[in-house]
Amino acid sequence: MSEKNTSPTEPAPAARGKQSQRGDVALPALGVLGMLRWAWTQLTSMKTALFLLLLLAVAAVPGSLFPQRPANPAVVTQYLKDHPDYGPVLDTLQMFDVYSSAWFSAVYLLLFISLIGCIIPRAIAHWRQWRSQPPRTPARLSRLSEYGTLVVPAEKRLGAAHAAEQAAAVLKRRGYRVDLRPGDAPNAFSSVGAEKGYLKELGNLCFHAGLVGVLVSVAIGGLFGYSGQRTLVEGETFVNTLVGYDTFTPGTNFQSSSLSPYSLQLDRFEVRYDRESVKQFGQPLDFTGYLTTTDSPDAEPRQRILKVNDPVMIGGTSVYLVGNGYAPVVTVRGGDGQIAYQGPIPSIPTDAVYTSTIVIKAPDARPTQLGFVGFFLPTSVEGKDGVAFSADPDPLNVQLNLNSYVGDLGLDAGTPQNVYALDIAKLTQVNGRDKPAGGIVLGAGESYTLPDGQGSISFDGLKRFVALDIHHNPGQLGALAFSVFSLMGLVISLFLSRRRLWVRVGQHEDGRTMVEYGLLARGEDYGLAAEGRAVRAALAEAWGLPAGPEQTPSAGQGTAADATPTTSTPTHKDA
Amino acid sequence: MPEINPLLGSYSELFMLLTAGTYAVAFFAFAWDVATSGRVAQLDAARLAGQKAAAQTAGAQGAVATAVVADPGLTYVGTRKAARVGVALSILGLALHAAGVVTRGIAAGRVPWGNMYEFCTTGAFLVVAVFLAVLIRRDLRFLGIFVLGLATVMMVAAAVAFWTPVGHLVPALQSYWLIIHVSIAVLSSALFTLTFSLGVLQLIQGRREARIAAGEAERSGFMRIVPSSLTLETLSYRINTIAFVGWTLTVMFGAIWAEKAWGRFWGWDTKEVWSFVIWVVYAAYLHARATRGWNGARAAWLSIVGYLCVIFNFTIVNMYFSGLHSYSGL
Repeated sequence: MSEKNTSPTEPAPAARGKQSQRGDVALPALGVLGMLRWAWTQLTSMKTALFLLLLLAVAAVPGSLFPQRPANPAVVTQYLKDHPDYGPVLDTLQMFDVYSSAWFSAVYLLLFISLIGCIIPRAIAHWRQWRSQPPRTPARLSRLSEYGTLVVPAEKRLGAAHAAEQAAAVLKRRGYRVDLRPGDAPNAFSSVGAEKGYLKELGNLCFHAGLVGVLVSVAIGGLFGYSGQRTLVEGETFVNTLVGYDTFTPGTNFQSSSLSPYSLQLDRFEVRYDRESVKQFGQPLDFTGYLTTTDSPDAEPRQRILKVNDPVMIGGTSVYLVGNGYAPVVTVRGGDGQIAYQGPIPSIPTDAVYTSTIVIKAPDARPTQLGFVGFFLPTSVEGKDGVAFSADPDPLNVQLNLNSYVGDLGLDAGTPQNVYALDIAKLTQVNGRDKPAGGIVLGAGESYTLPDGQGSISFDGLKRFVALDIHHNPGQLGALAFSVFSLMGLVISLFLSRRRLWVRVGQHEDGRTMVEYGLLARGEDYGLAAEGRAVRAALAEAWGLPAGPEQTPSAGQGTAADATPTTSTPTHKDA
Repeated sequence: MPEINPLLGSYSELFMLLTAGTYAVAFFAFAWDVATSGRVAQLDAARLAGQKAAAQTAGAQGAVATAVVADPGLTYVGTRKAARVGVALSILGLALHAAGVVTRGIAAGRVPWGNMYEFCTTGAFLVVAVFLAVLIRRDLRFLGIFVLGLATVMMVAAAVAFWTPVGHLVPALQSYWLIIHVSIAVLSSALFTLTFSLGVLQLIQGRREARIAAGEAERSGFMRIVPSSLTLETLSYRINTIAFVGWTLTVMFGAIWAEKAWGRFWGWDTKEVWSFVIWVVYAAYLHARATRGWNGARAAWLSIVGYLCVIFNFTIVNMYFSGLHSYSGL
């Protein structure tokens, strides 16, 4: 689409740059077909494409201003809660799902239809040009932007026809497609038509076709891919089945049979922090997960390492390390003294020093269910106001600060619940800073018994957990291949030049052979003048003429024309 | 992981400050050049117009002669002392700057573009380096006032607003893609900085040419040392094509890295959105150049809007938008 039609001999390629037929004022009715044809011409015009491109840029912006559901559904929910006035209006306008919204899709689909409608006729036109000879020799070469003459003295005895043949050979060596046009009479002019740079248009078409390929690949990924998340505590094993995932987002055409039954166990997770820097003290330097994987239930287990920026590829999926945190190991006992829950509970880190929120639910506690909400602090330090906070991400002085609840956790009805939130609707608070019993503060190995023997909790140990993203995207390789294809097309179309060149040769009465040549650029071409000089030198060498530049036909032809497009009219020189 | 060398880091910061100072002086030299060369050019033009009038040439031709004094081929003609001082100071500044960037890299034991401070200082280095490299073959000294002005602003912004002590990278940035993806992003941004300057000058020059063509009195005489708007447009287009390819690579390498780091090659993260917007705006610029009625001033505006998006993406998006690219170090 980046062709500039500066060629006077060639009309604009079929669709783009076409002038609309505005002159027809007393227009007869177009009819349905006519209307469609008109709409198609409008859609595939360069101006429409430009407008759609700018519209696409503008349409993409809201996605960076408002939280987006696919990336962060919880933030969207919070946003709607915080802005009850205009939040729903924005939601109706699909401002939280910009990139799957009707209006964004409309813009890019129209753009791609316009693009396809542009490249198909251009591809056909280029196919024809590819197979045809360079255009006929213009009557007046001196009108071309780069023009020059050469005179071969009579004593060289070079006939016009012979000179044209040699010029054709010279041009062919320079990579031109050459068409020799001998004169029909013995004394008539012979000429050579030459053209090169057909790849420029091909590159342009490849660039745009590649973009369509990228879009198709993205669509394939959306149809047949899937992704899911899983938090895995040290010692736990993930099996790649639907129940193994915490959350799972299938593609439109996903089938559960396409999950390959591999498993991976997190043996150990190590974190290293910056202990040298002052300002960045405690900033993480390295996260490493040690995994034991098995490709299928009866395969040999393997040891593998999982790092940020270095996913583990297994069973057609990629497993990414996207987060980590602490999972305190607790034991909760009910009022009857029986163990109601025992094991690690992942806590959600909220800042760089791993101040983490934690929710513990013990639905099996008897006589009443128990629930705990609070903080886990890896390095607890008491502030001036008596509130403990975490001072370091490493577990140097671990502490659990909890409130406790008794009653109905609301799990028995079977409605799905967030494991990281406690529904206190049917619960009664027992412990808390403002309750007579106070809050629960547990150091490593400590335990606490709730008032009136309603239960107990002990802090037995600490494990780390990792948050894993598991992705399968069958479109991703195609997207990469097509973007590389597209990029190559772009480079060729931007930096290659399409040039036409004609040489006309005639015989003077006194025996001299008079040669004139002209070059024409198609599209922007900064090297046309240099090419003109090079061709001139090559011809002069072929005919044994003194090398070196003649008086250049147009003033400032040298570097001037290097920098400006060749639109200056050359001053005429008599041949 | 190599150890941090805070002493070398502080030397680097000293070099950066010296660089900023040198650039500031170079900026004034270029400003002086523009202010005085305008008058010299005016005298030249008057003399030229006088000769033309004496030779009984058409009045219109005389007007064209006064409109453009600068050489359209951007070759060096005549001597401009202030500009020479500006170039010499820029070279000195660039040498100090190189020392600053290299010592920063050695002090941190990695490539010096891991946070906004480093991106800004390395970016400014490339802006000036590309400018001086082009100067070897073409007389673009009229751009000096813009380039050195912007470079000074970048250096000061880095030292004041984005300052970050030399340190290690967080795990998310520990990848060879940082070297590839960010270096091309810096280079493309540097080239976009040049085309932005050219675009602004093109608009001013175009307006001035229109005034002269309409027979009105010209106001901005200092623009005489600047070549015609067409020359500026062409040069800007040539640089923009390279920068556009660079930006395409930036986005592609970014996508590959995103796939490695976050499990998807494109997720409409705020930074991705704005990189996409920049790409689309410059794509529109390239198409505009090929569309009748959209080249010239309109294309220049698109180029300027594209650069404003680059700035927005670097400053506002980094500092105020939440997203996965939150590595500003602030």
